[in-house]
Amino acid sequence: MPAEQSTTTGNPAGGAIPPPPAIRLKHISKSFGAVRANRDVSLEVAKGSIHGIVGENGAGKSTLMSILYGFYEADSGEIEIAGRPARIRNSQEAIGLGIGMVHQHFMLVDTFTVLENVILGAESGALLAPSKDQAARELARLENEYNLYVAPEALVGDLLVGERQRVEILKALYRGAEILILDEPTGVLTPQETDQLFRILRALRDQGVTVILITHKLREIMDVTDAVSVMRGGQMVAHRKTADTDKEELAELMVGRKVRLELDKEPASPGPTRLLAENVTVTDADGVPRLDNVSLTVHAGEIVGIAGVSGNGQSELLEVLSGIAKPSQGRLVLSGREVTAQAPVHPDEARKLGIAHVPEDRHRLGLVTSFSARESAILGYQGAARFNRGPILDGTAITQNCSSLMEQFDVRPPDPWLRSGGFSGGNQQKLILAREMSPHPEVLLVGQPTRGVDIGAIEFIHRQLVARRDAGCAVLLVSVELDEILALSDRILVMFEGRIVGELTGAEADERRIGLMMANAMDSSEHATAGSTMTEQAP
Amino acid sequence: MEDIFVFAVQTLDATLRVSTPLILAAMAGLFSERSGIIDISLEGKMLAAAFASAATAAVTGSPWLALAAAMITSLFLALLHGFACITHRGNHVVSGVAINILVSGLTIVLGIAWFAQGGQTPLLKADARFRPIEWPGAQAMEGVPFLGPLYEELISGHNILVYVALLVVPLTWWVVYRSRFGLRLRAVGENPLAVDTAGISVAFLRYRAVAICGLLCGIAGTYIAIAQNAGFIREMTAGQGYIALAAMIFGKWRPLPALGACLMFGLLDAISIRLQGVSIAGIGEVPVQLIQALPYIMTVVLLAGFIGKAVAPKAIGVPFVKER
Repeated sequence: MPAEQSTTTGNPAGGAIPPPPAIRLKHISKSFGAVRANRDVSLEVAKGSIHGIVGENGAGKSTLMSILYGFYEADSGEIEIAGRPARIRNSQEAIGLGIGMVHQHFMLVDTFTVLENVILGAESGALLAPSKDQAARELARLENEYNLYVAPEALVGDLLVGERQRVEILKALYRGAEILILDEPTGVLTPQETDQLFRILRALRDQGVTVILITHKLREIMDVTDAVSVMRGGQMVAHRKTADTDKEELAELMVGRKVRLELDKEPASPGPTRLLAENVTVTDADGVPRLDNVSLTVHAGEIVGIAGVSGNGQSELLEVLSGIAKPSQGRLVLSGREVTAQAPVHPDEARKLGIAHVPEDRHRLGLVTSFSARESAILGYQGAARFNRGPILDGTAITQNCSSLMEQFDVRPPDPWLRSGGFSGGNQQKLILAREMSPHPEVLLVGQPTRGVDIGAIEFIHRQLVARRDAGCAVLLVSVELDEILALSDRILVMFEGRIVGELTGAEADERRIGLMMANAMDSSEHATAGSTMTEQAP
Repeated sequence: MEDIFVFAVQTLDATLRVSTPLILAAMAGLFSERSGIIDISLEGKMLAAAFASAATAAVTGSPWLALAAAMITSLFLALLHGFACITHRGNHVVSGVAINILVSGLTIVLGIAWFAQGGQTPLLKADARFRPIEWPGAQAMEGVPFLGPLYEELISGHNILVYVALLVVPLTWWVVYRSRFGLRLRAVGENPLAVDTAGISVAFLRYRAVAICGLLCGIAGTYIAIAQNAGFIREMTAGQGYIALAAMIFGKWRPLPALGACLMFGLLDAISIRLQGVSIAGIGEVPVQLIQALPYIMTVVLLAGFIGKAVAPKAIGVPFVKER
């Protein structure tokens, strides 16, 4: 069994007797009904190290960490914490053993202050005042030790995402965590915030804290971890010292076959303008501009990437271009049709103009999870002549359509009658892409095409997008994954707070330059305080 | 001038008496809803408590035993609501309505079966009720202008449950904002997952909140049956549970503004009682029905948007499911 080749990393001090590992999991198994989420998983994490765990969605990473944090109890197997056998039946016991967890979706109360969030569940007595005093002192100490500052009296709901994450880390440290588990911590962060998080993690490690980092971003594993374990299909398939491995090997271990991370694509040969936006502003119900004076063009045969942290106007941009929202000011030209506030375009009309839209949130806008795949595969095109016989939907044509889409786009399982919600994220996404690409649109709007999608499917989706571009389609790609933007885009626009704050060609773009554009925009905006601490420390 | 002053003092005195059950029920609802459990069964719990207290007082003659019986009855219904909403993740509104309907019918059925007076309980003698407490010197103060009536009418001369209600408000404020339990209570209504991952039992916390809600409703029902009145009459809570709920929402789930809203409803009620039969210059005698409808009309008007946007606790009404 490959899992047995355990590594003992860390311990750089090289003492005479190596200390026991902070965590030792032995032969952990856990099933949910027929699904075996963890099969005979063993893991050792050295004290005072940063240990990465990578794997595709459904590989069992989260289940394993949930067992460690007491959400589930393993069906079999043993856990040792700092050399002592432990039984962790709930979160309270995990906290008692010095295990802290920073969840992917923050477990914070928005209407509380930072201080109140920190003491929740770790109060020193029945009254709040002494707890707050004690926590304020402790936060000041942690700030000194790890350079980890958040204003204690600020309301969490008013904080930036990066600051909220720091509150989560402070919460864990306040509870005396010596083992800190972070579940996909960088998904919501800017590159600068990510750098800052990694600096904090390194400082924690140097003080003897053990950090476990769950991620699917291999670059982060290479950047910050000391050792890495790879999971696939509920099993632990490899343990490596980070220094002894590389991205390609890890990707291959994760997927179980060779994966090409680099995308081969010819330089773009842009044709005529297919999509034009001039000074487009979209204001929400409260009068706040969500999209602020945005101008852009997309030509046939090119991929234009929109980079930016989510929530900075990308969703509104997709909505206004696809006809879901109408512009408050400015004008759009979609395949020759002029669109303004007075003459808005209906999504159905936009679709007939050759605008296809793969929405960011596939569960909310992309498909109906309770519909069968064949029904989800015609959403938006249900009025087309090929799916209708008079006033009645043509069931045979609809099923055939779905089967053929499934074959072309390798959707598994290829069952048109299966509930849409029953497919994995990657296969749902492939079904939506197939639906939107098959009518050969002139313009393809794509939002977060690989969110929650496995690495193998990502490769496929990326190749499809490039193929569409080469066939002369104008592609607008919105993604929070910088790697994806960099890999696919011929031109890159950077968005911040509803504005376009920078433009780069695909060739001249790199992560640092895009990150700086975001940070500069942030500096000159109203979040000046938060932004400036970030850029001061940027390399 | 003197007349107007006396009228004002008497109206305020009546306001206090009418507001007492509203205040108790509003604080009860506040505990429940802050924990994330919608409670429209304040009405049913008060009615059940009113019946339990009146029946116990009629049989034993002790108002204190009556209070205990009422609180236990109301607590039982609160835990039933909790069992449906917390343990079985039922719909809070459906469970609340079910309790209201159940109590409405059951009190009448039991009343007829036990006392055979058409669903009422026997009229209580004075010593089986909570009676007004005369404060020292109230008689002596009577002659003093201004302060005298103020002390004698407004401060002195209420039964103990009125003073309890007035004490419950600052106590609620203190518990909610200054105690560990309050912090967790507010947190569990906003984001139960945060509470769960902090290692605190969401279910236990919510059960404690609905239990407090039940006990306070028990006091409110007792007040209605054996302090304000002298026995149980069918449907005697007459929508006060809903008014209390509205007052709590007006107060945006905060104790002191909720108190203000309760007093406002009480004042409207008190004025409507005092205006009956009075003829107003230029209009003549206002029909009794219109005056009696006044508090309800005002409620509708205020609820319809005069009070600003009330933001409920975020997780209210959402059953907590440990998803992972």
